[in-house]
Amino acid sequence: MLDIERWQEIFDAIRKNKLRTFLTGLSVASGIFILVILLGFGQGFKNGIAQEFAQDAATSVWVWPGTTTKEYKGLNPGRNIQLRNSDYNFSSELLAEQIDLKSPRIFVRNISVNYGNEALVYGVQGVSYQFQEIENAKMSRGRFISYQDETNTAKIAVIGNKIAHDVFNEVDTPIGEFIDISGIPFKIVGTFKETEDREEERIFIPITTAQKVFNGGDKVNNLAFTLPMAENFDDAVANSVKFKSQLLSNLQQAHTVAPDDTNAIHVWSALEEAKRFYSLTDNIKLFFWFVGVCTIIAGVVGVSNIMLIVVRERTKEIGIRKALGAKPWSIVGMILHESIFITAISGFVGLILSMGLLELLGPNIEVDYVVNPSVNFNVALSTVFVLVLAGAVAGFFPAWRAANIHTIEALRDE
Amino acid sequence: MIEINNLHKSYKMGSNSLHVLKGLNFSIKEGELVAIMGSSGSGKSTLLNILGMLDEADSGEYTLDGVPIKNLNETKAAKYRNKFLGFIFQSFNLINYKSAMENVALPLYYQKVPRKQREEKAIKYLSQVGLKEWAHHLPNELSGGQKQRVAIARAMAAEPKVLLADEPTGALDSKTSYEVMDLIQNINDQGNTILVVTHEEDIAHMCKRIVHLKDGVIVEDKTVDQVRASQYV
Repeated sequence: MLDIERWQEIFDAIRKNKLRTFLTGLSVASGIFILVILLGFGQGFKNGIAQEFAQDAATSVWVWPGTTTKEYKGLNPGRNIQLRNSDYNFSSELLAEQIDLKSPRIFVRNISVNYGNEALVYGVQGVSYQFQEIENAKMSRGRFISYQDETNTAKIAVIGNKIAHDVFNEVDTPIGEFIDISGIPFKIVGTFKETEDREEERIFIPITTAQKVFNGGDKVNNLAFTLPMAENFDDAVANSVKFKSQLLSNLQQAHTVAPDDTNAIHVWSALEEAKRFYSLTDNIKLFFWFVGVCTIIAGVVGVSNIMLIVVRERTKEIGIRKALGAKPWSIVGMILHESIFITAISGFVGLILSMGLLELLGPNIEVDYVVNPSVNFNVALSTVFVLVLAGAVAGFFPAWRAANIHTIEALRDE
Repeated sequence: MIEINNLHKSYKMGSNSLHVLKGLNFSIKEGELVAIMGSSGSGKSTLLNILGMLDEADSGEYTLDGVPIKNLNETKAAKYRNKFLGFIFQSFNLINYKSAMENVALPLYYQKVPRKQREEKAIKYLSQVGLKEWAHHLPNELSGGQKQRVAIARAMAAEPKVLLADEPTGALDSKTSYEVMDLIQNINDQGNTILVVTHEEDIAHMCKRIVHLKDGVIVEDKTVDQVRASQYV
């Protein structure tokens, strides 16, 4: 490697075969370039899916009632199940260790909502103070319902940004404005942002207020919980399955429902849904891995091809050098030395260009499902080595064969 | 200089064995200029391969300058080729991306001669063949005769014991052929041993001795009155 004479000989060959050098280099550089860009977008796609999904990836568990379909302990099927505060309190206490956040919810019906002379047709829901986090709603202005609001049965309301935008467009801020729910004024204390417009078309009031003021009694429509984050996804799913089944059997016992009656009480966990998304991203990962491997193979084939052609072109030169007293090994060594030098240099050029492009453009790319395409430097580096090695191996055998051709005939043909 | 004793060589062609050289005996003394003649298939290429250490005989002895050439590994063969032999080919076999000077200097590279000395020596031999002004031209800028003269300079550069010329005039018109033969004769006059493989009678008669090969045996080995090529130039 440190033989200066040999390096001079190699640089001679490179300088005097500019086109060959350029084409070899170009094929390797573009191969690496395409490969890295592709891998980058694979990663970007993965990032995009992960981000898209992170918004919904709460560990929430929801309960809503239905109608019994099975006779049980002398009770007829067709009963409507009604959840009550007692269900909420009982479940919360019994499973307290497994619960992170909790809130009941009641849909307030048969009411009219007015702002000044304007009638608002938005749903009103009574919820507890932790509901904001369960829903992943972000406060844009003001605050959410507080614990004090609940205990004081405060007449306050929190509205979605869409309502704020549609209805309160003539005032600076909806905060402090009053809306009229069935004749009772509620003060707006906050607006929230959601990922979808539909979810911003809701008005939240404290659950206690909803029950006392609007004749709700102790009825609730939903129970919502979130579970603490687990170490990994599989644990999280296992926890949520366990929690779900315990919660369900508690509620079934409390309401005298057959254990196998799936229609009476519904328990839904976001995490199990999430599992489907996770397996989707796994499949996507697999797909990009597959594409990556195929691209590497294509690159290997391309580089090998170039090397085969280069060596073939030089077969005669090999024969001449041999007749002049070159050892076969020194001929092969020189040709591989030269080609490894060229492929390595151009490989790194391709690597630097493509990674530069990803660094430059990556963070600015804002397309659905593609976020910050980037590539692991080690992965990219090893692909360069794979291609260089493949080129060397592909070049070695024909060069070795050419260096061991015996006859003068090989030199005779022009 | 060259001693050959009962040399045999056969090639396997599938199940058949083709006996190409059937017990050759001859010797070449230092300073000789020998033509080896024969039609194609007579075994002259095989003989040249063996003499050039590009191939090995099945049996028999081959001694070059007192060194028995037997059981050579590639490395040793390469070393001997570089030290003992200079090749001149029908199709010149210059490396086309190297200038005339670099082509001539190439055997010296394999003798590990430093670059500067290589170039000096290459220029020296190029001027001997009358191509000093063409030293920095690429082969494709030279005529056929000039190319062959570069090739001869290259063969000379390593200062070999024996020059092996394989149809050196085969790709040239007769005028250039005579020029090349004139050069070969001059080199021979300086005391170099040269072996020329040819199938042209007039070229053969410009040597001092003609060995006639036919079907793998020597049918004739005679000394001739050398025709000087210079009279045709």
